[in-house]
Amino acid sequence: MSTLTRASAVPRYRQPTRRGAEAGLFLLAFAVGATAYVQVDLAMLGKVADDTVRVLSAVAALLLVVHLAVRLRATYADPIVVPTIATLNILGLAMIHRLDLAEVQRAARNGGVAPPPDVYSQLTWTALGVVLFVAVLLVVRDHRTLQRYTYTAMLAGLVLLLLPLAPFVGATVNGATLWVRLAGLSFQPGELAKILLTIFFAGYLTVTRDSLALVRTKVMGIELPRGRDLGPLFVAWFVSLAVLVFERDLGTSLLFFGLFVSLLYIATQRRSWLVLGAVLFITGAVFAYLAFGHVRLRVDVWLHPFADEADTSYQIAQSLYGFASGGMFGSGLGQGYPQLVPYAKSDFILAAFGEELGLIGLMAMLVLYGIVVERGLRAAIACRDVFGTLLAAGLSISLALQVFVVVGGVSRLIPLTGLTTPFLAAGGSSLVANWLAIGLLIRISDSARRPDAESVSLEDAPTQVVPL
Amino acid sequence: MIRSVRRISIVLAVMLVAVLANLTYLQYFAAAGMRGQAGNSRVLLEEYSRQRGPILLGSTAIASSIPTDDQLKYLRQYARGPLYAPATGFYSVVYGATGIERTENTVLSGSDDRFFVDRVQQLFAGRGVQGGAVRLTLDPAAQKAAYDGLAGRTGAVAAIDPRTGAILALVSSPSFDPNLLSSHDPATIRTTFDKYNADPDRPMLNRPLAMTLPPGSTFKLVTAAAALETGRYTPTTVVPGPAKLKLPNTTKELNNWSGAACGPGGKTTFENALAISCNTAFASIGLDVGADALRAQAEKFGFNNSFEVPLRAATSRFPLGPDLPQTAMSAIGQFDVTATALQMAMVGAGIANNGQVMSPYLVAQTLSPELAVLQNAEPTAFSQAMSPANAATLLGMMVTVVEQGTGSNARIPGVTVGGKTGTAQTAPGQPPHAWFVGVAPADQAGGAQVAVAVVLQNGGGAAEISGNGLAAPIAKAVMEAVLRR
Repeated sequence: MSTLTRASAVPRYRQPTRRGAEAGLFLLAFAVGATAYVQVDLAMLGKVADDTVRVLSAVAALLLVVHLAVRLRATYADPIVVPTIATLNILGLAMIHRLDLAEVQRAARNGGVAPPPDVYSQLTWTALGVVLFVAVLLVVRDHRTLQRYTYTAMLAGLVLLLLPLAPFVGATVNGATLWVRLAGLSFQPGELAKILLTIFFAGYLTVTRDSLALVRTKVMGIELPRGRDLGPLFVAWFVSLAVLVFERDLGTSLLFFGLFVSLLYIATQRRSWLVLGAVLFITGAVFAYLAFGHVRLRVDVWLHPFADEADTSYQIAQSLYGFASGGMFGSGLGQGYPQLVPYAKSDFILAAFGEELGLIGLMAMLVLYGIVVERGLRAAIACRDVFGTLLAAGLSISLALQVFVVVGGVSRLIPLTGLTTPFLAAGGSSLVANWLAIGLLIRISDSARRPDAESVSLEDAPTQVVPL
Repeated sequence: MIRSVRRISIVLAVMLVAVLANLTYLQYFAAAGMRGQAGNSRVLLEEYSRQRGPILLGSTAIASSIPTDDQLKYLRQYARGPLYAPATGFYSVVYGATGIERTENTVLSGSDDRFFVDRVQQLFAGRGVQGGAVRLTLDPAAQKAAYDGLAGRTGAVAAIDPRTGAILALVSSPSFDPNLLSSHDPATIRTTFDKYNADPDRPMLNRPLAMTLPPGSTFKLVTAAAALETGRYTPTTVVPGPAKLKLPNTTKELNNWSGAACGPGGKTTFENALAISCNTAFASIGLDVGADALRAQAEKFGFNNSFEVPLRAATSRFPLGPDLPQTAMSAIGQFDVTATALQMAMVGAGIANNGQVMSPYLVAQTLSPELAVLQNAEPTAFSQAMSPANAATLLGMMVTVVEQGTGSNARIPGVTVGGKTGTAQTAPGQPPHAWFVGVAPADQAGGAQVAVAVVLQNGGGAAEISGNGLAAPIAKAVMEAVLRR
């Protein structure tokens, strides 16, 4: 990049770190999120709850920690990504709090006991996510060190991905086998597996991209990659199908395969991979539709959301009613009925936002995701090494695909799958894993924007004289 | 790799646009259509989350919404529900709304456009949207007198202020309890609704507005009006009143109920014919006046016309193109002539208001949530049914009916009352319908203050006197209630 050459040409010039801008954006993020949180209280309780002050203080403290960590350990990182993510995370807390209050009201009406509020556990998971984010910045001083663990990441990723199928620890919730229970705690290892496999894809493709790109064989006049180069693509495809078939997790399967094909394309710049990937995707989709009742059901419900409203299409129908009743401007936080949608805190939290913040609010939130993805891809382009580019692109694309699959699913653009909404939905595994991913992205972004002179380079490490 | 990352970013941007476009479709273009879908409970919840405005009589609420602890935040309650049910209707989560609850819904729910400023104020004041109030014209004393008078027998009462058309009483018996249908428990609502529907007495039928029955001899008021309007009749005109009248072009004969002639030599005066309700005389008069004039007169009183008060009243009928025997029968309120209680009250009211029939109405005022008047009812004339002079003559003849004729039970000491009895035959073997139409006071220049019609369905005994015996006392009680308030 031109700024880099300028930096070396003019020694006195200091690359701006933009940390001040980031601090300002953090204040904005807190203001937006806190306003939403307080609005929920005012609309539903008529006053600001005592707890709200505590929750918001904790949030402010976490933002301070994040900011300091970035300021000290990733000085040149992108100033927009983390505040944007923080905004989404706090909005998620506000909506979970809002739905908690709805449960309290419901319990008061029915004379029952309200389930424990989810906002505290979500806050705890946020804190853990922030801890891991900081840990990434502290431990991973240079993202290129991760390339050493390419195959370790693959192994760990596959194990985690398939762990829910293991006896004793695996658990099935709502028909999908995504969970692992250990000592009373449960988590979705698939969320962590996504990051590990992204590292694997990036590392693997860094090494093999040339042969994948250049060595072709002609089959019936069409240029195709060599059979042995095709291997990994088919492995990815089969693992995706295995996830779909045995864990019944349509979303992860889609995400996993889409991510791999995209990275393959980026690494090789060969469109034939996209074509091949599309062919495999369609084959897999048709096969899954014909072979599995649960996939067929998803598609039927997608096509006819109001046909069986009382039973199979209840969730999607309620979700659509939520969006529709929100209309252009929404009912306002705390003033709609998002609790009517099943799993409003997790899978359908976007329907809750759509109802209470309206089309305008939801568009703004989706644009926030768009900004993060765009900044991530920008870091990928700016990154000076292939591995970093692929990893940054992979993490960004993974976020984008996940948001697309979730929003598309709950708003009936595509069939509903079971992915969580990053940073918004209640659920610890997803939150922690996504903060981890943002940590890696920030690390790469820092390295990409860092002036040459300051960049820590493995190649430039001075040799030593060791007295013998 | 930069180029392929850029290409991928374009693909992702297209996906974002697709998602946003889909959301725009869903939340903007398709939103209205989805609001009305059966599975969408939000519309109902929203409706019940606002405090619905009260339905008032004077300053007393007969329907009001009180806060509850359940998911539907307000419960509709009706004070003396069965008494006012024909006016208020019910407000049900299962069966929707009826009566004033339905016709005045935009005001009561607060969604009326005239409340826009109020809504904005309420929004900024942090209060929920409240509904406006509706004040009815009903007179509580008259309503109670009518309901108590019917005492559970199948029948209806409608009373009108002849000068304005304001409905003073609107009673149906037996009635239903709108509280049960407006509860928040769908099971209770369904059970009650099914029970009412299965009841042969049809308690949910809004009889004063919706039940059309042959008006019998009370229709002689219309025939008499038509006769006076020809200019060929005065109270002293001698009319034929034989014991039996052979109907033209048939071999059938119309008998007087008593079997006797209405006067010496089969002749009587016009005034006496009304006073003793002489069938043969009025059949002759009807034939003399003709079907077209009868129908025109009936239509001036409101027959063959539907009224929205704003509840929709059933259309009272005078048949089109009856032949001669049918004309004779129509003239005495039989054949295909049918009328609601409201219609017969309008006939009395028109006669008592110098011949001018006012359009009936039930809503006196609509009010904002802060009880500021939004709209006052403006009485409007429906027609000039007869000339003031002829109206005065006919009113005098009605007074004779009460003071010297068949309507003796409607007499009120110290008040000049006019009226007309009716006992309408239905099927052979069925008890007749007992009718009474009364007006009071009948001697004041400014017009009468109340016109009332009472009908007891199949309530009559054996004789002509059932109109007087059963219906007139109820009419008397209603008139007393109005005059002595």
